[in-house]
Amino acid sequence: MTRYIIRRLLQAIPLLFLVSLVLFVLMQNMGDPLATMGGRKVTRKEDRERLARQLGLDKPVLVQYIYWLVGNDWTKTDMDGDGVAETPGVRKGVLRGDWGISLVNRQPVTKVIGERLPNTLLLMLTAEGVVLVSALLIGIYSALRQYSLVDNIVTAATFVFYSMPVFFFALLAMYIFSVNFRKWGLPYLPTVGMFEPGAGQTVSQVVWHMVLPVATLSFGFIAGYSRYIRSTMLEALGQDYVRTAKAKGLPRPEVIYVHALKNAALPIVTIVALDLPFLLGGAIVTERIFGWPGMGRLFLDHVSRSDTPVVMGILMMIALAVILFQIIADITYAWLDPRIRYK
Amino acid sequence: MESSAAQPSPGVARLTLDELETPPLSLGQLTWRRFRRHRMAIFGSITLLLMVLYCFGGMMFFSEADANRTDTGARLQAPSRVHPFGTDTIGRDILARTIYGGQISLIIGMTAMLVELVFGISIGALAGYFGGLIDSITMRITEAVLIIPQIFLLLVMAKYFAQSIPNYQFMGRTFSGSVLVIIFVIGITSWPYLARIVRAQFLSVKENDFILAARATGASTRDIIFRHILPNSFAPIIVSATLSVAAAITLEAYISFLGLGVRPPTATWGNMLEGAYNYIDTAWWLWFFPGFFIALTVLSINFLGDGLRDALDPHSRAV
Repeated sequence: MTRYIIRRLLQAIPLLFLVSLVLFVLMQNMGDPLATMGGRKVTRKEDRERLARQLGLDKPVLVQYIYWLVGNDWTKTDMDGDGVAETPGVRKGVLRGDWGISLVNRQPVTKVIGERLPNTLLLMLTAEGVVLVSALLIGIYSALRQYSLVDNIVTAATFVFYSMPVFFFALLAMYIFSVNFRKWGLPYLPTVGMFEPGAGQTVSQVVWHMVLPVATLSFGFIAGYSRYIRSTMLEALGQDYVRTAKAKGLPRPEVIYVHALKNAALPIVTIVALDLPFLLGGAIVTERIFGWPGMGRLFLDHVSRSDTPVVMGILMMIALAVILFQIIADITYAWLDPRIRYK
Repeated sequence: MESSAAQPSPGVARLTLDELETPPLSLGQLTWRRFRRHRMAIFGSITLLLMVLYCFGGMMFFSEADANRTDTGARLQAPSRVHPFGTDTIGRDILARTIYGGQISLIIGMTAMLVELVFGISIGALAGYFGGLIDSITMRITEAVLIIPQIFLLLVMAKYFAQSIPNYQFMGRTFSGSVLVIIFVIGITSWPYLARIVRAQFLSVKENDFILAARATGASTRDIIFRHILPNSFAPIIVSATLSVAAAITLEAYISFLGLGVRPPTATWGNMLEGAYNYIDTAWWLWFFPGFFIALTVLSINFLGDGLRDALDPHSRAV
């Protein structure tokens, strides 16, 4: 098992290099980071040249990539523009934990991302919890009452929700629960931000503001997962060991929740682990619509201003998370299912 | 009785002795029978047909100039007799724009799927048929693409490619160059799943005896790939291609919604939604109609794909 994990990690290294190189080259040619730096336009030609030189943007792409990767403290750069490299570099490079400095606001990338990450994690983990609980409830219920009226309605509804684009659900939910509830004089849900500026960032404010984003983020996954749980549960309920458990007179809840559910839930563990990083994809749209100050919005803001260090930081973090969660999925699966052996 | 039994479509519920004597049904007839019984799939096909009629038939009632004519005197008007779906922030008629936007959205869905098919099938076929080094290299590339969630990759690539493509003329109409960019970008980020499916199909089909026989009779590698293995892998490819049309329409809507998609003057269902959430409490018609069309189209295609999956499955016993 240990050997398997080590091999997987080693295999991931060239993959990450390839991905980071391609993304870096794409980012470099995406637009002019100097055009919107610090919120003002840099118009004078000599200013632009000086800035590009100081930020290292005048170097060839591959040199910039190497500086990004391993830093430039082993070499000297030309800062004053006289053609002589005199200033020793200070960057340590990603491999030594230095993710660089944002081109937009001159803050370290780790700080920029660190400020937003907890907000996104809060949203994502809550959503994941909501997804798991409701999908299990719905899935088990409709598996136990296959082809009943409720099952048919739920199946149709999951199909509709599964196909509904995130933004359409978000806009509909906003329109009904915020705009119209306010019109009807009912308690309405807020649509923007994490808290009312007047009330401050209290727990109740944040929870109240989380309702719509979490619902938006989770509805598609609930639909997908509950359909999946329904089918694995139906399969498990038809197995011989369930019949045996019934035949020897075990109480019904024990048969369902211990014998059937344990086996039916096995593949779900893998799917959850594999999907977790992809919740972030939904988070981009959700955070944009609800003005949630998380990583998705950070990514959008900094992509549109060609801020390579921050965008690369976010993307590589996600790539790492995807790889780690793939390995975690494999490990938990092997741990839960003794039939599986990795070499 | 015999004459009607020989028809390809006898009554569904009637499975009597008579039917056992009818000539065996072809694969296509069997598939059609199974598909026909999938009510959701029939609903999906009909809705989709109506949607295509709406988008392309609507051209006869509204010209593209109607869809792009701005009228600042009539901005943000609620649905009325003159503008059944209302008008947008610069006074364009939303009904006409859903027609022309729908054409582009549907075309983007179809063509992005074709781009995906070309990449997915060729890479999957190469990896599955030849194996060895080619297999490891292509599968590593596939993993590399899958590592970054598609929406992030799309946003970066859309920004990268969208900088300097001019508008172009086609069939007397002007299209924004970003349409081509979006098609290409969606196609080039969507193929990995398809490539894996095709590779798995090739791995299993190529072990069959009829491939050995084909090779023994001297069939060329090209013939074996394209005439023997590929046709036998069609079922999962068709299902996957159908579903990826829906995925491409949604993805186009996402990136256009986020402001990096198709640019004006060309309308799509996606870019009609851009910024619409700013008018959530004043102008619901801005986002409702395009959003509804996207949701309905995607739903219908998913139904269709689900029906095809059941109908094309040779192990399915339902006739």
